[in-house]
Amino acid sequence: MAKSIDVSDLDIYYGSFKAVEGVNMTIRARAVTAFIGPSGCGKSTFLRSLNRMHEVIPGARVEGKVVVDGQSLYDPSVDPVAVRRQIGMVFQRPNPFPTMSIYDNVLAGNRLNSKRMKKSEADTIVEKSLKGANLWNEVKDRLGKPGMGLSGGQQQRLCIARAIAVEPQVLLMDEPCSALDPISTSAIEDLIHELKSDYTIVIVTHNMQQAARVSDDTGFFNLKATGEPGHLVEFNATKKMFSSPDESSTEAYISGRFG
Amino acid sequence: MTALDTRPERPETRLSKPRLPQWAPLLVLAVAAALGALAWLIGANTALSVLVAVVAYLVVMPVWSGVVESRRAAIDRLATGLVWSAFLVALVPLVWLIVTVVSNGISTINPEFLTYDMRGVLGNEQGGLYHALIGTLLITGLAALISVPVGILAAVYLVEYGAKSRMARILTFLVDVMTGIPSIVAGLFALSLFVLIFGPAVRLGFGGSVALSLLMIPTVVRSTEEMLRLVPDDLREASYALGVPKWRTILKVVVPTCVGGIVTGVVLAISRVIGETAPLLVVAGFTSSVNMNPFDGRMMTLPVFIYTQYTASTAQGLSYAWGGALVLIVIVMALNIVARIIGKIFAPKTGR
Repeated sequence: MAKSIDVSDLDIYYGSFKAVEGVNMTIRARAVTAFIGPSGCGKSTFLRSLNRMHEVIPGARVEGKVVVDGQSLYDPSVDPVAVRRQIGMVFQRPNPFPTMSIYDNVLAGNRLNSKRMKKSEADTIVEKSLKGANLWNEVKDRLGKPGMGLSGGQQQRLCIARAIAVEPQVLLMDEPCSALDPISTSAIEDLIHELKSDYTIVIVTHNMQQAARVSDDTGFFNLKATGEPGHLVEFNATKKMFSSPDESSTEAYISGRFG
Repeated sequence: MTALDTRPERPETRLSKPRLPQWAPLLVLAVAAALGALAWLIGANTALSVLVAVVAYLVVMPVWSGVVESRRAAIDRLATGLVWSAFLVALVPLVWLIVTVVSNGISTINPEFLTYDMRGVLGNEQGGLYHALIGTLLITGLAALISVPVGILAAVYLVEYGAKSRMARILTFLVDVMTGIPSIVAGLFALSLFVLIFGPAVRLGFGGSVALSLLMIPTVVRSTEEMLRLVPDDLREASYALGVPKWRTILKVVVPTCVGGIVTGVVLAISRVIGETAPLLVVAGFTSSVNMNPFDGRMMTLPVFIYTQYTASTAQGLSYAWGGALVLIVIVMALNIVARIIGKIFAPKTGR
């Protein structure tokens, strides 16, 4: 059920401002792809353009092609809602729905689309998703409690459970660990390793070690100068990126000599 | 070494400083009250005596504090005193009003007063405000029925769909202007509207509802707008990312998150218009008998009842006016309590 994504000549705009320019890459199915780069270089913007979340911001638009499994995402006949059902997303800050219990939060994707299901079916989905997100043991006795009552790390894993409960093809993660402590981070990294067998995962991170630990492929984004659009400098297997990258600027960034 | 030696001596920072005892403000308050009482005994009127007491407190407290404690503590005591006096000044008219209305109105309230109308009541016969109560509830209820859907949907458009467009800016401006229209203008507007439709000399309760909803809609739009803006965009994005269409996101995520605030705003808007007199006097007219049909004929309302009874200026009329005022205040108070309870029930729970 996992799918690969082909991106060709993608330019991303906010109004008249060109934020990202000329990205070409192939994101492999059943693998973890990480994006690294300095703040403001367009990593998150690019990630959001992969499931058409980008256009939620007024004035934002995209030129170029994103092809998932032979279908172009930005074809006029494509419904962005259908795209987002296939390509899930986890955000930087945990954002469980405050009006819902833990149970309802996991089922939100199904319930909000008023999919009818039996109680037993719903229970199975909740248990499977929470187990998938490594959260089941911590919350199984309080599924009816509000999701906002959990700790930050638990909330983020709840959000991951919510994202995988709708069984997407691809999971996009926008700095999922930046607000978490090392223990929660390690729990989520373990989770990414497990999810890899079923999902195509794309993760944006500021943490180079994290990219090296979890990903198979890495893309390095950078800015030519402030005010210029961000661009993809190098895209390679993670091992190669962190040992002998093709570009000297990649090596400079990874080793800490930025510039 | 030389750099360390030439560093200027830091001022001594002692953490413990002399403090006035905890009961000091109470003592000063007692002294100030005594001074006020003295002024009163000498022959000053009540207002002047209270002023003397307040000024005495505001002078004595900071001066004492300045002598014993520090300059900062003295200013703090002065500011605290000013804030408390302002709070009490704000409280005075409220308490005064409620005490006056209750003490004047309570003797009028009895089962007959609440269930009789004024039809054919002559001299000192027992009458009541049943017709006005029914009129107020029907007219305000209909006004709410018109304004709540229009107001909430307009706010949803402004926040969720029209964001930053020219259309939304113009609408927001017009809503702001509408919040300020005098209620008599709304009444005359409704009257001329119904005169155009039904011919001259038309009076009907529904016209009152239309006039009130003109006053209510802007309040509902504004409060709902504020509430919808409080919902973080994170939640909207979380919902979109699950493949939920925009309208379902609004209906099932955004509105439920802030429904407590919306309901509170609506109820406050209702209690704001329930006491309107001028527009109802103009378009709903007044009558002394019960009229259950807001689409036909004159309808009495509580504010108009109070007004007509007061202008009758008989002893009974005055006491009926006070009784009507008390009933109106009780209704507004009940609405506010309901708003608070609903706000509590729907507030998002943190589970902590």
